[in-house]
Amino acid sequence: MALLQTVDLKRYFGETRAVDNVNLSIEEREFVSLVGPNGAGKTSLINVISALLQVESGKIIFKGEDITRLSVTERVKAGIARSFQLVNVFDDLTTFDNVALAIFSREGKTAHLGRLAHLDQAVADEADRILNQFGLAAKRSDNARDLAQGERKLLDVALAYALKPKLLFLDEPTSGVSTRDKAQIMDTIASVVRGEGITAVIVEHDMDVVFKYSDRIVVMAQGAILAQGTPDEIRKNEQVAMVLLGSSGPDAFTRKD
Amino acid sequence: MDTLVIQTLNSVFYAAVLFLIAAGLSLIYGVMRIVNLAHGTLYALGAYVSAWAVGTVFGATAAGNMVLAGQLLLLPLGALAIAAVGAVIEPTLLRPLYRRPEEYVLLITFGLLMILEDVMKLLFGGTPLSAGSIMDSMGSVRIGSLLYPSYNLVVISVGIMAAIGLWWFIYRTRFGIILRATSQDRRMASALGLNVGRVYVQAFAIGCFMAGLGGAVIVPAQAAVLGMGVDALILAFVVIVIGGLGSLEGALVGALIVGFVRTAGIQFFAEIELAVLYLIAAAVLLVRPTGLFGKA
Amino acid sequence: MPAARTGPSLYMMLVVAVPVIAALAVLPRLVDLYQTELLIYGLTFAIAALGFNLLLGYTGLLSFGHSAYFGMGAYTVAFIVRDLHVQSMELCILGGLLSTLVISALFGYVCVRHTRIFFGILTLALSQVLWSLAFKFFWVTGGTDGIRVARTGVTLLGGLIDFKGSGSYQKFVYAYYYYVLGLFVLATAIMWVIVHSPFGKALQAIRDNEIRASFVGIRVRRYRWLAFVISGCFTGLAGVLWVPLNGLTTPEILYWPFSGEIVFMTVLGGFRTFAGPIVGAIAFNYLKVYAVASSQYWQMVLGCVLVVLVMLLPTGIVGTLARLAAKLRRG
Repeated sequence: MALLQTVDLKRYFGETRAVDNVNLSIEEREFVSLVGPNGAGKTSLINVISALLQVESGKIIFKGEDITRLSVTERVKAGIARSFQLVNVFDDLTTFDNVALAIFSREGKTAHLGRLAHLDQAVADEADRILNQFGLAAKRSDNARDLAQGERKLLDVALAYALKPKLLFLDEPTSGVSTRDKAQIMDTIASVVRGEGITAVIVEHDMDVVFKYSDRIVVMAQGAILAQGTPDEIRKNEQVAMVLLGSSGPDAFTRKD
Repeated sequence: MDTLVIQTLNSVFYAAVLFLIAAGLSLIYGVMRIVNLAHGTLYALGAYVSAWAVGTVFGATAAGNMVLAGQLLLLPLGALAIAAVGAVIEPTLLRPLYRRPEEYVLLITFGLLMILEDVMKLLFGGTPLSAGSIMDSMGSVRIGSLLYPSYNLVVISVGIMAAIGLWWFIYRTRFGIILRATSQDRRMASALGLNVGRVYVQAFAIGCFMAGLGGAVIVPAQAAVLGMGVDALILAFVVIVIGGLGSLEGALVGALIVGFVRTAGIQFFAEIELAVLYLIAAAVLLVRPTGLFGKA
Repeated sequence: MPAARTGPSLYMMLVVAVPVIAALAVLPRLVDLYQTELLIYGLTFAIAALGFNLLLGYTGLLSFGHSAYFGMGAYTVAFIVRDLHVQSMELCILGGLLSTLVISALFGYVCVRHTRIFFGILTLALSQVLWSLAFKFFWVTGGTDGIRVARTGVTLLGGLIDFKGSGSYQKFVYAYYYYVLGLFVLATAIMWVIVHSPFGKALQAIRDNEIRASFVGIRVRRYRWLAFVISGCFTGLAGVLWVPLNGLTTPEILYWPFSGEIVFMTVLGGFRTFAGPIVGAIAFNYLKVYAVASSQYWQMVLGCVLVVLVMLLPTGIVGTLARLAAKLRRG
């Protein structure tokens, strides 16, 4: 049984078909890349699955259960977490507090008014471990606002990861950062995700990154799935090359250096 | 039957003034995304300035048609004065705060409210100022077996003209297009070469003009008193909550609803008439948070 | 293993708090009766501002209707004393907290469905409902005359201390000062713990980024409501403590300008700090007394102060001092 299955998922904005009859299934432990030109509906699809947008029609089945009607927090509790294209972190909390908060929330401890947060050793240890994994340990006591862009992107991912989700959606985790940071971020993400067998769906534009890390690539265009398959299959798919690069042929995806 | 007509006219009269105030507030929010807590106080200031102008120029005993015409022409002076005040306030007090969290604008306009309330006390004293001579000079009209002040009908027509004028201005003139463009996307408008700063101060001045006009037209019927500003502000908020923030139609419909509810309230629930209005506002916010016509 | 201590250490807090409390405890010996009385007012407003700031500084919600909870606390005490003939201050506190709890739970439920300006308008409108009710039902509330609560009518510590007989005014001021001081320290301690708890962090997260907060699994609306209720109760407690001191409660403390004063105090002290509201409330109390004494246009004076504050010193007294201290430490 697939971990996630969308059934005839639709979301329109007036005339625009942002998500047009999408049937997507994600297996456990897969690393899936969601690609496509701008406006293809990748972010909209993630927004619908994570409940940021409401479903127009269709169903979302997660771990065998219909989650279509669940709210954002309910889906988070069920095991879906995401990061954002435009960085969304808690600017006036420290990096440490950002991650610690996610852990508190996961553990159901945010309702605790009577205990001091910084005295919870277990949460603190885990937060520090996560900061280490994401290379943010040095910026532990800095406000999230003061981090570099690449660090903020990593923090956004770390927040989602700290929730120990079964399914992780990362929306363009490397957009807006330098090439050097890009590689570092992707390596970090890949090692964390693969190392712990987390199922991940990542929206990406950089095809090098996509081909390097993905188990499966899903190509979207105009709100619908155009093609999906292993990197090799997609590389050979002429229709995909046309849509993504404007040209086709066996060398379409090779960089001409 | 006649009383029903009178009540209706009263409601529309009240609604006309409320519309002027609320439309100004809504316009400012629609273009600039800020709420001026001193807006009601500007309405009060308009009332005071107009009453004072009429009283000073013509004295209490002046009468006659020429005098009446002069008095009526003076009324908009109050509105223009308030527009000028607005044109000074926006660039000095508000513009530096646009980049900051929006609480700061609320806080500074609250401070402005406190200052202006006392400025009015300072300039005009604690006694109510009236321009009642205008109302008296205009006499009454016969509605069935009852008499109704003609001046009220003037106010109603001013309200109608303002609604039409504002609608035409926003949707049919070039400046209106500029206003709407800036309100929808400030950065884009600026990128297209529009002087956003100038648009803002003009929009703010127009909004203040509306508030001042509301004060100017009400003062012949109802004397200017201290405290009228905040009462008006809260009522304007109720209108906008019902009609929707940023919407001209919303201000119109909201004003009419509040006008009629208030008249009915005074008839039947005199004690808690204000409370009824506030509760309606709370109920509307519960059911339709953006109001009937609002943009979120 | 790295320590969990990214939060303020208890040691640091005590270093600041103990001398302050000691100074406050000793003060009545050093100043005259009037100054002591002024300080009691300052401490009650500090409790109100502390509660208010849980919403503004920590949850990011600006309420223009907190006079409702202050007034609710005050009028509840007045009713209890007048109609139930209860004298015990402790029972009055209990009653006041209960009624404020109910009203803030109710109002909060309505208000937290919205944010920003709509939230502000709603809080203002609802407090005006209470005000107009107090005004209109004058046969119950005493209308503009209000209800008197004589200090001879209350007892502290379950009846151990009463204020009848000669010399009672002086006795009242001193005893009541320490009573209020004790409750102020308790309230501050409770608020400190709340703000530094996981709940407090969740509130700050909601303030910073409510979408992300929900995507981290925090139920935004519910937490806002909880913050609202706690905030209302603190301000209600302040109202309860204020009444025996003032001797009288009138609809004026339900009217919007008083809500504005609570906002003012908090901004004056600095709403992004813990101690800001406390300092601001005490400072504002003196500021207002001075302004009222020096001019009949004191509202204008206060308005100008607020404008200057917002433009030049947005972080308030404590915030600005904290920044200066940080600069000195670095430079």
